[in-house]
This record gives sequence, structure tokens and C-alpha cells, in this order.
Amino acid sequence: MHEMALAEEVLQIVEDAARREGFRRVRALWLEIGQLSSVEPEAMRFCFEAVARDSVADGARLEIVAAAGSAWCNECSAPVALARFGDACPYCGGYRLRVTGGTQMRVQQLEAE
Amino acid sequence: MCSTCGCGSGEGTFEDGAHDHARAHETGALHSHGHEPALAHTSAQGHASDVHGAEYGSVPAHAHAPGLDSARMLRIEQDILAKNDAYAAHNRTALGERGIFALNLVSAPGAGKTALLVKTIQALGEGYPISVIEGDQQTSHDAERIRASGARAVQINTGKGCHLDAHMVGHALAQLDPPQNGILMIENVGNLVCPAAFDLGEAHKVVLLSVTEGEDKPLKYPDMFRRASLMLLSKIDLLPHLNFDLGLCVDNAHRTNPDLAVIGVSALTGEGMAEWLAWLGRGADAMRATACATARVERSAAVPPSLARGSPGG
Repeated sequence: MHEMALAEEVLQIVEDAARREGFRRVRALWLEIGQLSSVEPEAMRFCFEAVARDSVADGARLEIVAAAGSAWCNECSAPVALARFGDACPYCGGYRLRVTGGTQMRVQQLEAE
Repeated sequence: MCSTCGCGSGEGTFEDGAHDHARAHETGALHSHGHEPALAHTSAQGHASDVHGAEYGSVPAHAHAPGLDSARMLRIEQDILAKNDAYAAHNRTALGERGIFALNLVSAPGAGKTALLVKTIQALGEGYPISVIEGDQQTSHDAERIRASGARAVQINTGKGCHLDAHMVGHALAQLDPPQNGILMIENVGNLVCPAAFDLGEAHKVVLLSVTEGEDKPLKYPDMFRRASLMLLSKIDLLPHLNFDLGLCVDNAHRTNPDLAVIGVSALTGEGMAEWLAWLGRGADAMRATACATARVERSAAVPPSLARGSPGG
């Protein structure tokens, strides 16, 4: 699954930071995953634990912070919340929606020893 | 292992019908390692206003974890796909400079991507030079079919991988060295889920949906259909034998992506091919025109003022 490739990218980001900042172990790691992103949070958790084995992030606590999805409804001419693709506009029930937020997948911060 | 960028065999192997993977770094025509992604940057994408961002938890950026003197918090603020996006941007720039119209062709396995490519290559003839990057877990069957139809192709085998990424495509571009002002087709691994997240540097994603797959596919796989610019409904010659509701399928597609263009095609009978080729031609012409205009601007900027037309010295 693609979460494995993404978990490897997360590990790479952490290892680059370790080299730059000179730390040897990660206690905790915060990821921001948008509701409308391509990541299934539990799949990411599973994959990250697998790739982090024997690395600087081995055993690190993974905190996944959900970011809300949002869209612009062309019918209402207003911003609306959108938790999932396929949901209708909560006001007009239509689908003329353009996603405006909630697709991000980011490494926010880490707690290093 | 690639001695330039350090990628290992896990990155995928390449086959171009004549040489093996080692060739990928000899020409460096379209794949330069001179522009390593600046990983310290935060990406502008994804910073669009989150309507209820505060409710979902902003992460406290403490200078240190209380009670744990040896521990420290480090803000990273980096997109997980920053590296892929940087490789994709490099691919996009290189392709744009050469006026190459690149498409990322995606679908479920068996929708007819390769068959459509073969038909397209035959129909284009001398019109536009076309070359292909093929992606599959294993075998070079698809690249061989493309070559047999008269176009150059490089096959990427991802092994266990489920999608192509921009780094692999960069290597393939170096090996393929596609001709200027042509069309480049990147046939992704058959998969409607994973390839959606990975920008390859293409001008557009084109999603293929065959009429044997069901009208609700665009609702079941919204991320892919949302990111595509064009949906090709393939195998339309089979419609008389199916209960496929064409109108419903198009409605579903537009529910997911109001801007999605739709063209029905049959690689077998040729129906719809004229409209597909016209769409291709418009895109290729626009790309060529942009590359020429950019080249003209760059050339005139390089002319010393004293030699510029209309100046006192000229």
C-alpha cells in the first residue's frame, strides 16, 4: 500500500533532522493528516512502526493529528466543512464542491532525546 | 545502486529494450541531480485555510518537555511528499522546456490503457512524436507492445511497489530522452488508489474507466477522479452487451469532479478516437507554443542592450 512509501518518507525526514540537530532517539512524533488526504491514519501507524524498527525513531510514540476538510460550494458561494469525499454540501445538499483544505500530510514536530 | 542519488534496487528497475538500468545515469539529459530538493522548506500546498483547524488540535510547540531536561521539541513542519514533489517539479520544468506534453495515465488493472496507447500511436502517425514510460510490478510486456506499434518505450518495474513516483520517472526520462515538442505518455501501475497521491511532473492525469467496471467507480475512488482532468470511458464497443448507464456514470464523475472532461473511446473499433486525438493535439500544441514563447523571451533577454533593435547604439 502507498502508506508504506509515505512512512519511509516520514522516516527520511526524521533521520535528516537527526543528522542536522544531532539527536539519537525520537520519543514522539506528530503528524498532521488531513481528512481529505490520501492517508488512512491506522495504515500509516502500522507502516511507520514497521519502517522505524532499528532506526532513530524505533519505539517512538506516533501522534496523528487530524486536520479538517473544507470546500467551497459553488451553489451557496460559501465555504463549507467536508469530512469525506462524496459528502454533499451541508447547506444545499448539492455536489458542486471544490476542495479548499484538508488534503495535507505533514510532519509537524518531534520530541527528541 | 545509483551512485549519484543513492537510490537502491528497491526504487524499481528499468528496461528500454536495449540497455539495462546502468544507462539511466549516463545521459542525464532530463534527470539532473544538481537540484536536490530543499527539504527545510515548508510547502505552500496544504496551507489553505482549514475551516475548523483549531478544533482538530494545533500542536503545542514547547521549547522543552516539562520535567524531562534531556528531551527537546523540534518543529519540523514539512510535507511528507516534499521530496517527491520536488522531483516532480524538476520533471515538469524539464518537460516544459522541451515543449513535451506529458500525461499520467491511470486506471484499474485491465481497463485498456495499453491497448488505447497502441491505437493512439498508430493513429497519430507522423503527427506528433510520441514516447512512453510504462509502469508495472513485473514484466516488460507492455513496453514491448508499445515498441511493436512504433514508439519508443522504457519499462519501469516497481517490484512490490503499487505506484510510480517522480524519482523513478526522472530516471526513466533520462533513459528515454523523449523528443522535443512531442507527447509523453506515462502509463502508471494499474491501481485506482495509490497513484493518486504521487505527482510525476505530468501536465494532466487522465483516468481510464472501462464500461465493464460499473457506473459508481468515480464515487468509490474519489481522490483519483478528483485529480484527473480527463476521463476516458474505454471499451464502448461493448455497450450493446452491457447494462451500463452512461449518463449515470458521467453524473457520478461530475459529482466527484465538476470540471472533469469525458470522452468515450473504443481502441478496437476506433470510435471516439478523433475526439481523443483532438484533445491530445490541443494540449501538445499549447505546450509547444509555451516552450517557444519562453525560449523567445530568454533569447531576447540575452541580447545586450546596445544591440537591441531601436536602441541608440543599434
